[in-house]
Amino acid sequence: MIKLNNIVATYTTVRGQVRAVDGVSLDIPNGIILGVAGESGCGKSTLLKVLYGDIGFPLTLQTGCVEYGFQGDDGLQITTSTIRQYWFRRISYIPQSSMSSLNPVVRIRKQFIDFLPPDRRKDQVLEEVRAYVKKLDLPPEALDAYPHQLSGGMRQRLMVAMATFFNPDLILADEPTTALDVVVQKGILLLLMDLQQQMKNTMIFVSHDMGVHYQITHKMFIMYAAKAVEFGDSNAIFESPLHPYTKMLIESLPTVGDDHLRQGVIGRPPSLWDNLRGCRFAARCPLATELCRSEEPNLIEYTPGHFAACHYAEKLS
Amino acid sequence: MATTVLKTQKLNKVYRLGGLFRRVRINALDDVNLHVENDQPVIVSLVGESGSGKTTLAKVILRLVEPTSGRAVVYDRLVAGEGDKPTRQDFMRAVQPIFQNPFEAFSSYRTVDTYLQTTATRINGLNQAQAVEVVSEALTSVGLKYDDVRGKYPNQFSGGELQRVSIARALIPHPNIIVADEPVSMIDASLRMNIINLFLSLKETYKTSFLYITHDLATAYYISDYLAVMYRGSIVEVGQAKAVLSSPQHPYTRLLLESIPATNRKWAQQPIALSDIETKEYQFGGCRFRNRCPLAKDICAQERPTAVKKEDGREVYCHFA
Repeated sequence: MIKLNNIVATYTTVRGQVRAVDGVSLDIPNGIILGVAGESGCGKSTLLKVLYGDIGFPLTLQTGCVEYGFQGDDGLQITTSTIRQYWFRRISYIPQSSMSSLNPVVRIRKQFIDFLPPDRRKDQVLEEVRAYVKKLDLPPEALDAYPHQLSGGMRQRLMVAMATFFNPDLILADEPTTALDVVVQKGILLLLMDLQQQMKNTMIFVSHDMGVHYQITHKMFIMYAAKAVEFGDSNAIFESPLHPYTKMLIESLPTVGDDHLRQGVIGRPPSLWDNLRGCRFAARCPLATELCRSEEPNLIEYTPGHFAACHYAEKLS
Repeated sequence: MATTVLKTQKLNKVYRLGGLFRRVRINALDDVNLHVENDQPVIVSLVGESGSGKTTLAKVILRLVEPTSGRAVVYDRLVAGEGDKPTRQDFMRAVQPIFQNPFEAFSSYRTVDTYLQTTATRINGLNQAQAVEVVSEALTSVGLKYDDVRGKYPNQFSGGELQRVSIARALIPHPNIIVADEPVSMIDASLRMNIINLFLSLKETYKTSFLYITHDLATAYYISDYLAVMYRGSIVEVGQAKAVLSSPQHPYTRLLLESIPATNRKWAQQPIALSDIETKEYQFGGCRFRNRCPLAKDICAQERPTAVKKEDGREVYCHFA
């Protein structure tokens, strides 16, 4: 179980501190794919950075901590301050753009063994890498190539191979398929699902595409303007969302074969600089009342395992 | 006689990659024949994955790229090939672009309303006072107010709003057709539909046709009248959008449809064929989709499939259609 306790993360800017993640608490069970959804600027990538322990200027973790629930080499619990030592061995990260995260002047195979455990020999590990890449149905020649020689889909699949090679306990993926075509996207998502099923590790998957979440996630966490708005089983969320924002996100997707008129979410999210009172979604919400504008709703468990932060969640279900 | 919205004949564009010794020829467009006729404004979608040549086709139509050979005609104006071409001003009155990333389309050192003003004075030939009126009318039709836009720089807008400004700019000359290259791919999924619905309403109010270029089949299904699917520089299937997507006949169209992450049906766990080295496929004689195609036979390697006309008017480029 990975526990997030009241995370408040801020960015330092010339105008002062802005709260990108504002008091998020979450318990993630082991061995599932958790989807994190929300619009740009809602704090989903910042949350992922905090989880990865990649905290440095201008990002500051003001309060809260992450309990990873697994032990390090020294037998102590891993925390935010020690997680860096276990990057790519216990926790790994798949970025959005593989081109800007692979070193363009180093062959792929060398980048695989950047995170070599101190007690392992290089050539031995390289043999294992070759076998592993073959197991994933990727051409072993790709290991000897430079990043620019490969297609975007192949690079991203190698990133997946890299992130899963040491069988980490936690895999973080930040919009890993957003820049890719649908066919390639499907290939990568099926690969990720397959690997997660075999390794039984936990995966946190950030995307703003609700269709992708429906296809691969077990649980979902939806954020809006730095706050949590809904958390629960993906099936339950897609069947009967408890928050109007989630409902609008799902309904805004067009489907082939469905001629209904679709509406996007109207308006824009509030600026995090403003003095925000009440429910942050109130200005765009069709159900909003005076209560919503003055009082902030708490994240409440309405049905077992299904949380929502809305005054009218019961009405919606 | 119906108006020719868009007509291309044997359009070819060859890019050469690499140095002197390892030169690779990429046929970004390979004998593209498209013909769309209609009296009413229509939305024509071009779909395909990256490297399918859809952006090159858009650039040829916008006169940003000179094709290697072939002819292209948009609303009776010759844009490529032999013959009398319209003047730049006349062309820009008829054809206007919208690009993928609005933050790159506008310079960050200029206020965005100057772009709108310049379009009105240069292309429409109006004076300053008349221009203000036309600009504010265009902004109103995309759901913005002139006072909210005046004097602002691009970084003061959200992506969705700035894309609306660039649509407003394209509307100022009242063009016959707007070429929109991936106009919503940079915009959040939740806000995408607002822009898509805007295209639909502008088609009615401004009587403007759209050439909508995308890799998102779901939005293409939602708005288009005609749809062309491209793969590695060739068209593989073209016809009425709803017909093509409800009963696809080319194996590639089927593959695309099955890959959409829909919210009503989960994927089956089955391996899918991906291309390994993309440049290789451009060199293929015969059908370029053959090494990923479940139906491929010997004939696919020998002969390039020609258009097979179907009773509903669509054309399918496959030996087994």
